[in-house]
Amino acid sequence: MSGFFNGRSISELFGGLFKFLSKNPHKEPTKNLKIVSNKPLGSRLYSGEVKKCTLIPGDGIGPEISSAVQKIFDAAKVPIEWEPVDVTPVRGPDGKFGIPQAAIDSVNRNQIGLKGPLMTPIGKGHRSLNLALRKEFNLYANVRPCRSLEGYKTLYDDVDVVTIRENTEGEYSGIEHEIVDGVVQSIKLITEDASRRVAEFAFQYAKENKRKKVTAVHKANIMRMSDGLFLRCCRDMAKKYPDVKFEERYLDTVCLNMVQDPSKYDVLVMPNLYGDILSDMCAGLVGGLGLTPSGNIGLNGALFESVHGTAPDIAGQDKANPTALLLSAVMMLRYMQLNPYADKIEKACFDTIKEAKYLTGDLGGKAKCSEFTNEICSKISQS
Amino acid sequence: MSLITRTVPRLFVQATQTATIRNVHNSTSNNSPRLAERPDTRVTATLIPGDGVGPELVYSVQEVFKAAGIPVDWESYFFSEVNPTLSAPLDDVATSISKNRVALKGILATPDYSHTGELQTLNMKLRNKLDLYANVVHVKSLPGIKCRHSNIDCVIIREQTEGEYSALEHESVRGVVECLKIVTAKKSQRIAKFAFDYAIKNNRKKVTAVHKANIMKLGDGLFLRSCEEMAKLYPKIEFEKMIVDNCTMQMVSNPQQFDVMVTPNLYGNIVDNLASGLVGGAGVVSGSSYSAECVVFEPGARHTFSEAVGKNVANPTAMLLCASKLLRHVNLPMYSEMVRNAVEKVLQDGKVRTKDIGGQSSTQEFTYAVIANLKMPKV
Repeated sequence: MSGFFNGRSISELFGGLFKFLSKNPHKEPTKNLKIVSNKPLGSRLYSGEVKKCTLIPGDGIGPEISSAVQKIFDAAKVPIEWEPVDVTPVRGPDGKFGIPQAAIDSVNRNQIGLKGPLMTPIGKGHRSLNLALRKEFNLYANVRPCRSLEGYKTLYDDVDVVTIRENTEGEYSGIEHEIVDGVVQSIKLITEDASRRVAEFAFQYAKENKRKKVTAVHKANIMRMSDGLFLRCCRDMAKKYPDVKFEERYLDTVCLNMVQDPSKYDVLVMPNLYGDILSDMCAGLVGGLGLTPSGNIGLNGALFESVHGTAPDIAGQDKANPTALLLSAVMMLRYMQLNPYADKIEKACFDTIKEAKYLTGDLGGKAKCSEFTNEICSKISQS
Repeated sequence: MSLITRTVPRLFVQATQTATIRNVHNSTSNNSPRLAERPDTRVTATLIPGDGVGPELVYSVQEVFKAAGIPVDWESYFFSEVNPTLSAPLDDVATSISKNRVALKGILATPDYSHTGELQTLNMKLRNKLDLYANVVHVKSLPGIKCRHSNIDCVIIREQTEGEYSALEHESVRGVVECLKIVTAKKSQRIAKFAFDYAIKNNRKKVTAVHKANIMKLGDGLFLRSCEEMAKLYPKIEFEKMIVDNCTMQMVSNPQQFDVMVTPNLYGNIVDNLASGLVGGAGVVSGSSYSAECVVFEPGARHTFSEAVGKNVANPTAMLLCASKLLRHVNLPMYSEMVRNAVEKVLQDGKVRTKDIGGQSSTQEFTYAVIANLKMPKV
């Protein structure tokens, strides 16, 4: 990330970005450095025109659940035009495998995308596609709301947390080496820019979504400089958002309290690895990855995805549960400020799960994916 | 004869040699365990009350020991990072522990930064000094504590001298910090061996290695490889590996599947606390840290609970269970059982419960209830 800023001051860079995104030179921020870019993007979307949106159906059960989402969107008459792209890696001019240029262009043009699960091929050759997409579009923050669903009973029934995870650096910087035989050194990289950026996003998210509290999760008692830096950035940002309550907690304390009383937490913001662990854990609290949406917010756009696996064992059998992808799509609508559509679809989905008449196998029901989808569609058209 | 009685116990109990020779000597000579519990030598153990509610919990242990007449003498040291002026020097504490070979320790608070700019915490220093490399936390559902999950019984074995806790950090340029995570083959093999040995010794079926080798291919990869290689030497123990994020998800939804888990440093910290949360919180889970020479018994989930200092509300269960384990370790099994049974009885009865497990009783009331339930186990 640091290389990205070489030779340019940050304000210059983001100022430029703003101009690019908002297409409104009057709004260019000069004094108050704004990092998060979704506001101007949203305001542009208020226009009545149909918005194009890139769709990456994914592998395994991906195509089924993607078409389920498309069907539901059609039923709700969402003003979105899908632009399906294929991200199967192709060999580029440099001989390396990578995402096809057409897919990259599509996301860059539309600045918004929805993605089904992608298979990460085992073995070397090319890096994980998820990682490549993340790098390509500078997706710096991963947002995962976890909420207990009525109608699907788990042991924890008062979960309503949002995990926001820094997505570009930290333990996943990928810098590792073996110093001598049998001694490995992995570098966890924390930069002020990235920490500040994700902290600002967290507070802004909290404010826009009427959340009460942001908790910074850290381990600064052990990693005093790196996590200390992250924590300082969060503290600084907290001062700019006096309406949102701010607290800081150790990672271990959060783990312990989360399983005892999940209602203690609201929005959580944290570095990469902790976010990875906590977001999966919170998903476990509400019933697994099949029910939790996820969004990646970036400089060049946003990509919403379902984070569950490709489930090759049930692929093509009309058994998969599209909830995670559907809720991700709902998050996408909110991001595009198409809230009325988002609310309608979300309500229909929750109601269907609550009534428990048409539940897919993973939720203990016997319904097919298409039956579940049809039920949601009919609820939407009734409302 | 005396030569035999001197060498036999040495084979069984390496630590606390001086203390246990007489014990075993007595029990072998007249086969009465009750007499064995009343040795004429006493055991000395180092006591570090720690920060937060530590002193209150340790006081509770001392009360119980006094009431039960347990022949343990404490060598007490105030040891603290947040209160450096009063703290005993690290060397003194380390010398005492390596001399006594057994210690009971409360939790030390670790502040976010030190005034001297030091990166190592006092906890790390003590662990490195004594080479307390293996942390063992046995997480088990206790009777009488209402939780979401039941029948949890897993052991988390955590490497605690390297990994993320190496305290090697630097700021390359302003605003860019590197933090080094060190993984070595030697220490990974050592902890893997410890875990498998533990599994064999305690009749456990399965060892799960927790890692993130899909991302940290070299670092966690080395740890994982060490575990895999060690697993081949223990064909009777089932071995599985699990990525840490999946592990936490499984832990909250289906914790019964786990048996023995072996983890690098940071993941161990996470899983310890998560599992402790499942069975009732930081107040009820005991743990211990082993080196080749000595053992330090301390609560499993490390929280100082500093907001409750002086309020007399902390739950002494974890510390009492630590003390019970300590007694077992120094070969006073009857006393160990006595303390454990008393604690379990109080929890089971559920009349005296501290705040963290849904009651209103104070630390002191809980302690007295335990004392009232102390009974010499029948032989």
